[in-house]
Amino acid sequence: MTDKQARWQNATVVECFDVAEGVKRIVVAPEHPQPARPGEHLDVLVTLSDGRTDERSYSIAGASPSGDRLAVSVSKPHASRGGSAFMRSLSPGDTLRITQPLQDFPLRVGAPSYVLLAGGVGITAIRGMASTLKRLGADYVLHYVGATRDRMAYLPQLEERHGDRLISHVTSEHGRMSVAQLVATVPANAELYMCGPIRLMEEIRRTWEREGRDITALRYETFGNSGWFEPTPFEVTIPRLGVTVTVGEGESMLEALENAGVDMMYDCRRGECGLCEVKILGLEGTVDHRDVFYSERQKSPNTKMCCCVSRVTGEPGHSVGQAKVIIEVT
Amino acid sequence: MTVEASSTHTAKLLTYPMNAWYVAAWDYEVTAKGILARTVAGRPLALYRTGDGRPVALADACWHRLAPLSQGKLIGNEEIQCPYHGLRYNSAGRCTGMPAQETINPSATVASFPVVDRYRYVWVWLGEPTLANPDDIPDMHQMSSDEWAGDGETIYAPCNYQLVLDNLMDLTHEEFVHSSSIGQEELSQSEFNVTHDEKSVTVTRWMKNINPPPFWLKNMRDKFPGFEGKVDRWQIIHYYYPSTICIDVGVAKAGTGAPEGDRSQGVNGYVMNTISPERDRSCHYYWAFMRNYRLDSQLITTQLRNGVHGVFGEDEVMLKAQQEAIDANPDYEFYSLNIDAGGMWVRRILERALAAEGRGAASPATGKPAS
Repeated sequence: MTDKQARWQNATVVECFDVAEGVKRIVVAPEHPQPARPGEHLDVLVTLSDGRTDERSYSIAGASPSGDRLAVSVSKPHASRGGSAFMRSLSPGDTLRITQPLQDFPLRVGAPSYVLLAGGVGITAIRGMASTLKRLGADYVLHYVGATRDRMAYLPQLEERHGDRLISHVTSEHGRMSVAQLVATVPANAELYMCGPIRLMEEIRRTWEREGRDITALRYETFGNSGWFEPTPFEVTIPRLGVTVTVGEGESMLEALENAGVDMMYDCRRGECGLCEVKILGLEGTVDHRDVFYSERQKSPNTKMCCCVSRVTGEPGHSVGQAKVIIEVT
Repeated sequence: MTVEASSTHTAKLLTYPMNAWYVAAWDYEVTAKGILARTVAGRPLALYRTGDGRPVALADACWHRLAPLSQGKLIGNEEIQCPYHGLRYNSAGRCTGMPAQETINPSATVASFPVVDRYRYVWVWLGEPTLANPDDIPDMHQMSSDEWAGDGETIYAPCNYQLVLDNLMDLTHEEFVHSSSIGQEELSQSEFNVTHDEKSVTVTRWMKNINPPPFWLKNMRDKFPGFEGKVDRWQIIHYYYPSTICIDVGVAKAGTGAPEGDRSQGVNGYVMNTISPERDRSCHYYWAFMRNYRLDSQLITTQLRNGVHGVFGEDEVMLKAQQEAIDANPDYEFYSLNIDAGGMWVRRILERALAAEGRGAASPATGKPAS
């Protein structure tokens, strides 16, 4: 539930340090503290490499009870929309603009049991939920998936806090986790909360649906910043308007079109509402559908895409001219 | 003008804590056949029951364009459908159907508040859900006990909820407001004792060897036909956070040991009151009168309910007039009397709860009703 409007405020960076290989924890002191609840995130005004500013969402990785210290975790900037480099460049004493904690991923109190699933830096959002469930004495299991131990942030702390309730899946040690097996172990009355790379979440979602599970018991949020492919530049053309622009790897197709002066319609900017839909008239390359608006049936023919998050990519090592999409807009 | 919490003045419009259990409705008002719209602590709610009888309290505003869900309809075992564009939600407040698309936006939810059936009421928690503990629901066990019988009603009071708490914490007003039923001059002449802890306040008053007022003489005669004579009368007011007041009341034949604990020669009632703020200047005041004698008499149940209905009607008139006078005199303050000790401890408890939530105690007193 989005229960509040974002109010922007200044915050001062208090601490920055690595919590795992490639994962930096940034602690900020907001000007107007307020307590943070599990699943909440901050919107942050980031400066992109070309000097433009934009908003990015980061899950809250930890907070003091009064909310006068808020932590986010930021991973290395592959497959992100360009905000991570800015965040990782911060050092103590820097100021930035943030919102108060915002809730789009609420933990429901009172479910008979819970399964939490974190992939990589997705542990950021899930960790607070696990702590709350432990405090409430709830029945829960926490699955934590990572490539190697040293890339899994907060692993020792989680082991100490959650004991047997933590199940870690370290790919380098145990091989790839079986999603089918994981879904099969979720009790019928449980709610599954997940946060992680889109490939993992998509696989869970498909398995969940295939098994006929209650779709409302599968909880996740997407910031639209994770795709099936690395973001690479591609070209977009709107013949009717005579517009052709290149979408850089650090920006979205929606942003590139807006910058080119196209009057675009949108709302959520994270692949949920479908308002930014564009019709695909021609395609060279592959559409990297990163939204949760379309069903699989709607995605596969590549006749339309949500331009706020979805991208086009070519073969590895392709040039910009080899990844192209011709579209029509509303 | 704004009355600050730090002022030495007593807040005229006390705001309400959110981390608290409030009654949303009588149990019978919440059904699986329709949706009840009611605002509690400033939050409009759509209240209903699932097919298996579980109460549900959803925010009464569709995620999409905030149309009131309470004007929609119930579908299947637990779903509610928005009257405007047909979005459906389950009892957890999660969207289960959206028009004209094949998927459901995972962000599409409405708040589903913790809700509990207890003591003939449906209680709701509107604050931080991870703090909701049903053990903190105020003790109103007389409402659902085999040893007590009775019934009650709801008053819609056009005043700040704290004015009702003030009213119930100091019963000297009975002498003036309820002179024909329960009032008597000994009320304001007798001593009272106040105790408190973190979440409760108790005010005890005994009036010994007095003539019973009409209401109590009638009750004595229900149990002791033809009773005449003096009584010892008690009023023991129990306040429980945030806004429940259960008053142990009764009279016994004078000198038969009631003050020492032997109430066998008397009649005992419990006035059950729980007040749910609606907005700054309105509240739902749920009350019942319970008794522990002649439990099987519907005649007495009805007579007592009607009698208290009349008494509380007199309070309602006063509370409305008081709120209007407060609003008409925004530049005047509240001053206190010694008899306000109980009510002032209640304010202290509420103000501390509000401070813990990071909120000031006083609503802005603009002099104009907010709604």
